[in-house]
Amino acid sequence: MTTTSRTAGRQYWVALRAMIVFTAVLGVAYTLLITGIGQLAFPAQANGSLVKSGDAVVGSALIGQSFTDADGNALPEWFQSRPSAAGDGYDAAASSGSNWGPENADLLAAIDERKAAIAESDGVSPDQIPADAVTASASGLDPHIGPEYAQLQVERIATTRGLSTEEVQRLVDNATQSRDLGYLGEPTVNVLQLNIALAGLGSSGAAAAGSSPAAG
Amino acid sequence: MDTFLAILQVASLVLLLVLIHRPLGDYMAMIYTGKRDLRVERGFYRVIGVDSQSEQTWRAYLRSVLAFSLVGVLILYAIQRLQAVLPQSLGMPAIPEGLSFNTAISFVTNTNWQSYSPDVTMGYSVQLAGLAVQNFVSAAVGIAVAIALVRGFARRREGTIGNFWVDLTRGILRLLLPFAILTAIVLIAGGVIQNFNGFTDVTTLTGGTQSIPGGPVASQEAIKMLGTNGGGFFNANSSHPFENPTAWTNLIEIVLMLAIPFSLPRTFGRMVGDNRQGYAILAVMSTIFVVSFTALTLFESSGAGSAAQAAGSAMEGKEDRFGIFGSTLFATTSTLTSTGAVNSMHDSFTALGGMMPMLNMMLGEVAPGGVGSGLYGMLILAVIAVFIAGLLVGRTPEYLGKKLGPREIKLASLYILVTPTIVLLGIAASFAIPGIRDDVTTTSIWNPGVHGLSEVLYAFTSAANNNGSAFAGITANTPWLNTALGVAMLLGRFLPIVLVLALAGSLAAQDKIPATAGTLPTHRPQFIGLLVGVTVIITALTYFPVITLGPLAEGLQ
Repeated sequence: MTTTSRTAGRQYWVALRAMIVFTAVLGVAYTLLITGIGQLAFPAQANGSLVKSGDAVVGSALIGQSFTDADGNALPEWFQSRPSAAGDGYDAAASSGSNWGPENADLLAAIDERKAAIAESDGVSPDQIPADAVTASASGLDPHIGPEYAQLQVERIATTRGLSTEEVQRLVDNATQSRDLGYLGEPTVNVLQLNIALAGLGSSGAAAAGSSPAAG
Repeated sequence: MDTFLAILQVASLVLLLVLIHRPLGDYMAMIYTGKRDLRVERGFYRVIGVDSQSEQTWRAYLRSVLAFSLVGVLILYAIQRLQAVLPQSLGMPAIPEGLSFNTAISFVTNTNWQSYSPDVTMGYSVQLAGLAVQNFVSAAVGIAVAIALVRGFARRREGTIGNFWVDLTRGILRLLLPFAILTAIVLIAGGVIQNFNGFTDVTTLTGGTQSIPGGPVASQEAIKMLGTNGGGFFNANSSHPFENPTAWTNLIEIVLMLAIPFSLPRTFGRMVGDNRQGYAILAVMSTIFVVSFTALTLFESSGAGSAAQAAGSAMEGKEDRFGIFGSTLFATTSTLTSTGAVNSMHDSFTALGGMMPMLNMMLGEVAPGGVGSGLYGMLILAVIAVFIAGLLVGRTPEYLGKKLGPREIKLASLYILVTPTIVLLGIAASFAIPGIRDDVTTTSIWNPGVHGLSEVLYAFTSAANNNGSAFAGITANTPWLNTALGVAMLLGRFLPIVLVLALAGSLAAQDKIPATAGTLPTHRPQFIGLLVGVTVIITALTYFPVITLGPLAEGLQ
């Protein structure tokens, strides 16, 4: 065996031992350390920011939901989320965007169809409908809609639920989050939390039953 | 108003980086020039059998890099193939051979291309013991190689360029691990999950069911960004609310991607004994970054193209909480570094907008580039720029007191040929060979027309430049693309490393020559402009034809 090949062989033995130690430290110990700290210091966030309606956990404040019937038709008494390309829609185990390109005919057809459906259900003209209402998000799990789209739905919700426009409007105003630190990102409305507030309003007649984070 | 807020957002990013780059750059210089080992490091060197006080020639350094990376590929391949019997695998089966091959190479080369959808493919064991480990070590390898090249410039008449095992270990233990711990905790506070809960089934408000995923996400997200890796825990990557919940975590993640690459020029300046040289490099990187970000933002805000016109704005594939600016800033950062994480779907960008991430990668990811790879890529371009300037005035080119003779220029020229060759051969083979073409056009391509060509072009550009982002509609989990992209990633990572280390060795062996009146100053605006020009012209000349067939054709329809 020459010196060179002995040296080369030795490098692999060093590399193997190094990888084993790194796997233990960076793969296992680091992950467990972060998990421990996260579970102790920020249990609600570390476990997915779960939210309750009444006593039942109904989802995560960060993960959007469909408010449709089993066939995927929009239920008019709930604020509607954006279109979703995750599985059959808001499948949290299959996050995905549509990945349709800017000239894709399927995307154009979908946008037209969504526009027509919203124009009919909400009694508005198609050019009033904001872009996020007719486009799928990147994750397919976007928990938010823009304030414009929430506003567009107020009248429909009030009518179908027999509530006053002012009551529904107040819920939307409460649910509207301004930009982070006043300038980062965009203003948003969390649809699940808005609908939880709406549910509380409908069942008890009081706006008290809001959402609360659950440390599941 | 919106424009003002966008500028404010960029301004705060710039401010954070200005605050970070000096202490971090100086700290890295200290890490890689210090003589003393920490106690824990001494123990580690004993375990792996390395003498930390001995140094390596460039050939020995290279052998260590390659040995470590090969062992990394084999271990990661084995872990994936054994998934079915590993704990915490969520009942997921072993990962098939072709996909395991592609993924092992992808994570060892710091690419993090994902031919698979992690939500339904990877259990916790593979994610943390396989992928997260490579997120750390592949990043540390990149920095080590860059530092070796800087030593080549800094040293005179020496046969060695450092010790790979020491550079690797210090990069991980003193740099990446502490910052990853810190930032993982910040991300959890922002809403990124960190648990081993598996899936939580809930009954939704309307009586449906939803399966909410768990997982050790924050620990992986932190190093994914810090090490410019980019491989998502979830299919939707950093657009997934559990990876990137808010606009402020979005800014944090952008800062994480840029922190080390934008600080390394300072480290470089410190190590060669002239901070101005580092700032010149930093100025080149910053100029390209600002121009590229502005272009992408204008394209996306303009909302050109049929879909954006029909919807009213280019919101397909974008999250409401980030909006257009939060998406374009992230996309620019991710593709000008070698990260490849996405918080919006590039496949759905406007035609000219989608061209920008591609151009960013085609520039060679040097503004500021991946951890380590960005700096060595830019230094190679600086060598080329000095050479061109030398030709213009008829003098032997020199950079930082080192003569750039035929050997150095050959190595640098080969470097800039490697990735374009891989990209163009890859896309040519995909469409020219009949059997492969049928497979690519029927199985892999998602969008019809020229956009489909762009998807394949994007894939090879991303793989060869070790970026990892995608026009994600493409189905890459096929025998051809798994193999071809795997080979592209491997060659795109290690051929340049071979050339960089060879260059480091030949520079270190030289003496320094004193600067004279005829020496080209390499810290003045004149040189900064020249280097920006060289970077852009090389890329434009190489890729213009294929760009016109893809995104440019679509955008000018």
